[in-house]
Parts: sequence; structure tokens; C-alpha cells
Amino acid sequence: MKDVREALMVGRNTEGKLVRRPLSPHLQIYKPQMSSATSIFHRISGCALGAGTLLLTLWLVAAASGDDAFSIVQAFLASWIGIVILIGFTLALFYHFCNGIRHLAWDAGKGFELPDMHRTGWTVLVATIILTAAFWVVGFLVW
Amino acid sequence: MSNDTTPTIHIRRSQLGRAQGLGAAKSGVHHWWAQRVTAVALLPLSLYFVYSVLALAGASRAEMAGFMAEPWNAVLYLCLIAALFYHLALGLQVVVEDYVSNEATRIATNLALKGVIVFCALACAVSVLKLAF
Repeated sequence: MKDVREALMVGRNTEGKLVRRPLSPHLQIYKPQMSSATSIFHRISGCALGAGTLLLTLWLVAAASGDDAFSIVQAFLASWIGIVILIGFTLALFYHFCNGIRHLAWDAGKGFELPDMHRTGWTVLVATIILTAAFWVVGFLVW
Repeated sequence: MSNDTTPTIHIRRSQLGRAQGLGAAKSGVHHWWAQRVTAVALLPLSLYFVYSVLALAGASRAEMAGFMAEPWNAVLYLCLIAALFYHLALGLQVVVEDYVSNEATRIATNLALKGVIVFCALACAVSVLKLAF
């Protein structure tokens, strides 16, 4: 045994013989599943929203600072790169919002059956697209 | 090693420690619970945020100040800032704890993130108050 992690790999079989425990396959072996994909996207969208809060901070601070700072930030947000960032931000926001509701339902002990999990997973994905599209349609109408 | 197949578990934690249920982190389920409380708070607050962004799309600075001068808007924005940055701090902490295995790097990263988050939260709150008054 080389280190303490190796010790955790040793177990006993039903005959009491010392055996090396089987190792679960690496991540890239698994086929992407609704459960694992929505889970990691929840984390990725959460981190993306974390970066997005820097934009929120920039927007509010610029508005409080003065006309010059605010017009620079508004011009950046209205540029094509600003729009791309904002579309990504709204996608992450609506995904995290919808899948967050799914997580809260799981916390309440509801929706663990596989057919339910697949149904709610697809609902989250479709709702994210619809909400994001609706946001931008309304956004361009009121702009 | 005896051939007795009945497993026995030796609990090293004191009975008081078990009763308190605070675990190795000494905070019990506080982190988990606070993450849920802020998540529930953010359900209506993020919908309000989406509404406010649409209401302020293309707005001038004066229009934005006028928006924040409405007490409900300023208060809702302050609630949003509090829940959002707290939720963010809790979430990023778990991500760092999961992926950064070196203890010194992990602690330093979490402290740096917490510092940036508190700074941004205060910057947002002060900006909202400045626009409001």
C-alpha cells in the first residue's frame, strides 16, 4: 500500500478474503444522461451567473457614478458582444431558475422516480428555451 | 482477525457530539439550509429582476434613478442583492471545495471569492441607495 487512499480500495469478499475493490468507470465512459447532464449544467449555469453578477455590479455602479460611466456600460451592453453575453446570461438564469425548482422539489422528496425525472428534465430544457426567447422578444419590443 | 461475520461499528464521536449533530464542520446543516432559504427567496426576486431589466432596457441614467427612487424598487433590489450574493457565496464555496484538492489553495480561493462577493454586494447596495436618494 502506497498511501491512505490505497487502503480504502481494500475490502473483504463474502468468504472473508482480502480483495481489491472494483473501481467505477471514468466519467468519459458514461453515456450522457438526463440526470447527470442537468446536474452539471446546474453547476455550470450557477458559475456563469456568478460571473454575470460582475456585470450587474458594473451596471449599478456605473448608473450611480455618472452619465459618462453609464453611457459606456450601456453602449457595451448594446454592442453585439454585449448582446451575446446577455443572451448567455439569460439562458443561464432561466435554466438555473427552472432546474432550481426541480432541486427544491427533490429536497421535498418529490419527483425521484426515473420517468418523473426525465419528464421534469425535458420540461426544464424546453422552459429555458421558451423563457429566454420570450425575454428577448419582449426586450426588443420595449427597447 | 476473527471469522466473526457480524460487523461492529466503533463510534468515536462523543454522545454529546452526536446529540448536537453539528458534524466535523461544526455548523450542521446550516450551509445546506441557507442555500435553500436563499434559493426560495430568489424565485420571486429573480422574476422581479427580469421584470426590472425589461423595464429599464435602454433607459437613461435619470430614468434609472427615477426607477430606484420608488421605495418598493429600492427595497426589492436590496433584497435581491442580499439573497443573490449570499446564495452565490454558498454555491461557489461548494464548487471550490469539490474541485480544489490542495488545502492551502482551497482556503485561499474561498477567502478571495468571499472577499470579492462581499465587495460586489456592498458596491451594488450602495449604488442602489445612491440612485434612490
